[in-house]
Amino acid sequence: MAKTALQFIHNGREVAVFVDGGANLLSVLRDLVGDHSPKFGCGQGGCGACTVLIDGDPVLSCVTLAESVAGKSIDTADDLKSGPDLHPLQTAFMANFAAQCGYCTPGMLMAAKALLDHNPSPSRAEVVEAISGNICRCTGYEPIINAILAAAGHGLRRA
Amino acid sequence: MPVTVKTCATPAEAAAALSSDRGARYIAGGTLVMRALNEGDVEITTLVRLADRSLAQIRTSGARVSIGADVTLLQILREREFSYLHPVVRSIGGPAVRTMGTVGGNLFAYPPFGDLAAALLALDATVSVQSGYGARDMGLEEFLAARDRAGGTLALAVSFERPASVDAFRYRKVARVKPKGASVVSIAAHVPNRGGRVSNVRIAYGAMAPTAIRAKAAERALEGRTLDEAGVAAAVAAAAEGTSPATDAIASAWYRREVVGVHLRRLLLGLES
Repeated sequence: MAKTALQFIHNGREVAVFVDGGANLLSVLRDLVGDHSPKFGCGQGGCGACTVLIDGDPVLSCVTLAESVAGKSIDTADDLKSGPDLHPLQTAFMANFAAQCGYCTPGMLMAAKALLDHNPSPSRAEVVEAISGNICRCTGYEPIINAILAAAGHGLRRA
Repeated sequence: MPVTVKTCATPAEAAAALSSDRGARYIAGGTLVMRALNEGDVEITTLVRLADRSLAQIRTSGARVSIGADVTLLQILREREFSYLHPVVRSIGGPAVRTMGTVGGNLFAYPPFGDLAAALLALDATVSVQSGYGARDMGLEEFLAARDRAGGTLALAVSFERPASVDAFRYRKVARVKPKGASVVSIAAHVPNRGGRVSNVRIAYGAMAPTAIRAKAAERALEGRTLDEAGVAAAVAAAAEGTSPATDAIASAWYRREVVGVHLRRLLLGLES
């Protein structure tokens, strides 16, 4: 079956790939673009490990039709850091022991970034709501919630 | 397994593509169709999508509201005029699901999903559909009953009248996972109050049948009554009548039938969970 040309902005850089019909965005990011930060968890849109931002809003890349992102801007956890400097959310996750196995962390970070970009001073309830679509089987969520609140408390110095 | 993706310029073209191919599915947000593809559903051979956002418009005319099928749940949340639907939308998925999931897609969600369809049923919504025979409007109840036999039909929009008052529309979703999860049952009720008694009662359930359904026995029992303990008792007793819930990972059919009346009572009396 013929492949389709697809162009989009990945972490600020334009990329062009040829995709199979019906390919999901997660497979395109991981297999064709080489960005392994979004993870394959359930493949059903139920766990949030594959969360990325499309034009600033969180989506589940495993159930996003790749062709639907043509011309759009995709941001992933791969671009959160700036050289050796971690993003404040990453620093807060580290300081608050918010990652154990780490598999959910990229999705958690992007869900948290989407929240803080729109609401820099969220309440605890708003943080819980923001990560309600992201499953973590290690931490019990408390350290993640504390990390996001800590990042918000310190202010996000980088967008 | 790769499939064909057809990007159509108009809803009519998309409807024609759907009706000419049994393996074609319309895709908007992707939360249902891409999930099926990821699970290896070989019945899907073609994805049909629209090139533009023509089905993502919200129109109001007096008290009547029309929401395009491609309007996302996030769009609903961002519209202050839909504040009565916000508790419904907030009960669905996490933020990412709401960014993607659409109003039209929710009409095709299988239990224990599809809570918005129950709310729209309680609001007496109609659905505009387009098929190979042209466009027409049909009641949501009729649409849901025919949904699984109506291959080749494209939902264009849902329309309904705003609730008579803020207190007239009520919604409750019961889930085991907090803050949210799939439904044990979701209940929506439109209970306009006329002189202390409710009239034109509409009660709808999610997860109590293969599609969202009306609770007609409970509606009849509540009509003309007051919303107090004595007034709702007959409706609560009839709450499970006409339901056919499934046993799934969330709850057994027996459990759903046992608790639906408990939650209907709490909803009608305005009690906390």
